[in-house]
Amino acid sequence: MKSIIERIKQNKFWQFHGGIHPPEQKTLTSDKPIRQLPLPKQLILPLQQHIGRQGDLLVKVGDKVLKGQALTQSKNPMAVPIHAPTSGIVSAIKKSVIAHPSGLSELCIFIDVDYEDTWQPRKICQDFSKLSQQEIIKKIADSGIAGMGGAGFPTHIKVNTKPDINFLVINAAECEPYITADDLLMCEQSEAIVDGIKILDQLLNPAFILIGIEANKPRAIKALQHATKNIEKINVCVLPTKYPTGGEKQLIKILTGIEVNSGTLPIHSSIVVQNVATCFAISDAIINDIPLIKRVVTVTGQALNKPQNVWALLGTPVSHLLEQTGFSSEENTSASNLPITSSPVIMGGPLMGFSVLNELVPIVKTSNCILAPRRTEMPSAFDGNSNEVECIRCGQCSDVCPSQLLPQELQWSAKAKDHQQLIKLNLFDCIDCGACAYVCPSQIPLVQYYRVAKAEIRQQQQLDIKSEKAKVRFEARKLRLEKEKIAREEKHKKAAASRKATMNKKSSDGGTASSAVAAALARVKAKKLANNKENESSASNDEVELKEESALPSSPNEVQDEKSEVKAAIARAKAKRLAKNKVSPPAEQTTAGEIKKVETSSNNADDDKKIRIDAAVAKAKAKAKANKEHVIEDQPLTSIEDEIEVSPQAEDKKARIAAAVAKAKAKAVAKKEQAKQLKSTNKESE
Amino acid sequence: MNILIAILVLGLIAAFFGAILGYASIRFHVEGDPIVEQLDALLPQTQCGQCGYPGCKPYAEAVANGEAINKCAPGGEDTIKKIADLLGVDVEPLDENHELDKGPTVAFIIEEDCIGCTKCIQACPVDAILGAAKQMHTILIDECTGCDLCVAPCPVDCIEMRPIPETIQNWQWDLNKIAVKQVE
Repeated sequence: MKSIIERIKQNKFWQFHGGIHPPEQKTLTSDKPIRQLPLPKQLILPLQQHIGRQGDLLVKVGDKVLKGQALTQSKNPMAVPIHAPTSGIVSAIKKSVIAHPSGLSELCIFIDVDYEDTWQPRKICQDFSKLSQQEIIKKIADSGIAGMGGAGFPTHIKVNTKPDINFLVINAAECEPYITADDLLMCEQSEAIVDGIKILDQLLNPAFILIGIEANKPRAIKALQHATKNIEKINVCVLPTKYPTGGEKQLIKILTGIEVNSGTLPIHSSIVVQNVATCFAISDAIINDIPLIKRVVTVTGQALNKPQNVWALLGTPVSHLLEQTGFSSEENTSASNLPITSSPVIMGGPLMGFSVLNELVPIVKTSNCILAPRRTEMPSAFDGNSNEVECIRCGQCSDVCPSQLLPQELQWSAKAKDHQQLIKLNLFDCIDCGACAYVCPSQIPLVQYYRVAKAEIRQQQQLDIKSEKAKVRFEARKLRLEKEKIAREEKHKKAAASRKATMNKKSSDGGTASSAVAAALARVKAKKLANNKENESSASNDEVELKEESALPSSPNEVQDEKSEVKAAIARAKAKRLAKNKVSPPAEQTTAGEIKKVETSSNNADDDKKIRIDAAVAKAKAKAKANKEHVIEDQPLTSIEDEIEVSPQAEDKKARIAAAVAKAKAKAVAKKEQAKQLKSTNKESE
Repeated sequence: MNILIAILVLGLIAAFFGAILGYASIRFHVEGDPIVEQLDALLPQTQCGQCGYPGCKPYAEAVANGEAINKCAPGGEDTIKKIADLLGVDVEPLDENHELDKGPTVAFIIEEDCIGCTKCIQACPVDAILGAAKQMHTILIDECTGCDLCVAPCPVDCIEMRPIPETIQNWQWDLNKIAVKQVE
């Protein structure tokens, strides 16, 4: 480690493999100060602006929110809250297009700005060195700080580490063309950035702090060197300009010579990397109690009259930024036309960014650049179809790959969707830097292929997890059913055994037991008869009588007893339904027919299973109704309409039940008919 | 005489190796049928029964015993290809009796219509339906495999299959839809 520092002190650095030198185009914005923008009319805040989970809403539509007020919260450590960037009224919480290459909509909070910009009460901390580590980490988490370099990893997780940290690397490389947001931030806010670094120093206590900055930012280098001249621990390392120096693993390699292994994080090598903009956000949050509500955005490109870095509140629509910087579309210069539909606007840098599909897309925590190029400047962004031709195997892509992958091999495997091979070729070490696509003479959009493949592999992994889970659940269910079956069989066996025992006993006891059973049967029968009579007297319906008559004669027969009981129940139920349906006489007739059908088929020895189920449902309903009627006293069944009037709630429920039963019945009938048809067709074919 | 010695020597060698092989077959005996496990791993585990078997494992067993490999509708062409690769047989087109998979879906219970009959719960192969008799039922979306089996038993037709909505978590790049731009 000593030797590393000695080398750094002598301004000797390592090199990462590959890399490119695209035209920088930074002078468009690098010499102008960061501009304060007037407030937009409306802010659109996606709930999720970072890797991880979205928080739970704390506000509702119509709420008045103050600047800096938290809008979401969550217990999940991977969740980062969002805050109101200015005061105003929550006008809507709905899905809206977000800053994502898919152009999909996600839940967003819309805030109508009231132009008062009223702060919520703030607690300014004069001396952060008195705060404990836990207090600082909590403050960082509550302020919603996520990595502002690009990926948006929650910062409080990154700084909450146990092991000894050898190096704290501050990423100020900003290697992508056009972007100067960090550059300007360092020029103007170097003191605050150094405060942020000090806070991180207090948290992580690293052996050394290295600020990696590319040589093409002389003003920022001077400002940082000035701000850190009294701090021994901090080294400002001026690095040669090369894309992608700002990649996490690439920067570590350049500064320390350490290669972070595939599949591991820098923390496993005792290194923490933070972006300069994140350092600024940390110092703002800890010292000034300002949560992450604004960021520097480079609004650039030749299609703009006044390209400049601006302080943009999070949630500012891209259209507002373009208006403020004098966006003029080439095809139609009239202001009335929508600005974005005519010419492309790219969010992020030219190499890693994506086209914005909708002008309402808001600035989020990770957006560092809005690029509106002119056709002459970036012709490829204008034509819809790519000019891709076959790979000529020149190998330039693998020469420039900073992760030392084999881009053309990856390309073929990606086209063939050979996921195994892609994983073998370490696709997931690809940092999407776009260097391979930049040098490709066949203009193959290599990174796009990799992105597609990565998304597919991730999806496949999700599916695999899900299918594994399904398998486990299926197996568990099978096991459970098996167990239940065994238990049931055992129970049956036991019951049979006990029955046998009593039988034996009975035979030894003589006629007493059997006479007791007979007495019980007689009691049951008597009770049933009485019930039937009651029904008979209350129901004036002839059909019911008919049914009961048909049901009663069979009752003497003890074997058929149970069957007749079921039949009677069916009949009762039908009668009740009939009484209810009396309002519509034609319906009555059809149901009467149905009942007959039911009866005849139930007389049938091998009666249909479906009808049995049907009857069970009807029976259950009838039972429920009978219970209710008991409560409503012996009101005659014929005047059910009156009863319905008495209890409209019950009517509603009953109607629904009736509807459900009717639906079920219709379905069963349809099924039967289908089966019949099938049978008949089968017969015909025979 | 020489012939006899040769036969004797070769016989001894044969007996020796035979003994080694015999011992090894007992010592390194593999329990179960590994091909079934491998086949089961290739199947999508929706447990939908569209193949005519009561789950993916039974179908895997059947395939191992010579059943046609083209009966898995949710798996589609991909699964058939993988099975064919594993078994070293020709790829067959999906069985005509099966409609093509309509993409991933989950079951959804229209809760106002549910009468709480528990029939769907009994039908669900992965216990993804929550409910009790005469209580409204609901689907555990994360556990549902979209197998369709709960739709038919419902007496009031209150279950429908809905496509899984596209979010940024499950979104897939579509190179044909998005104009690919090489930016420089």
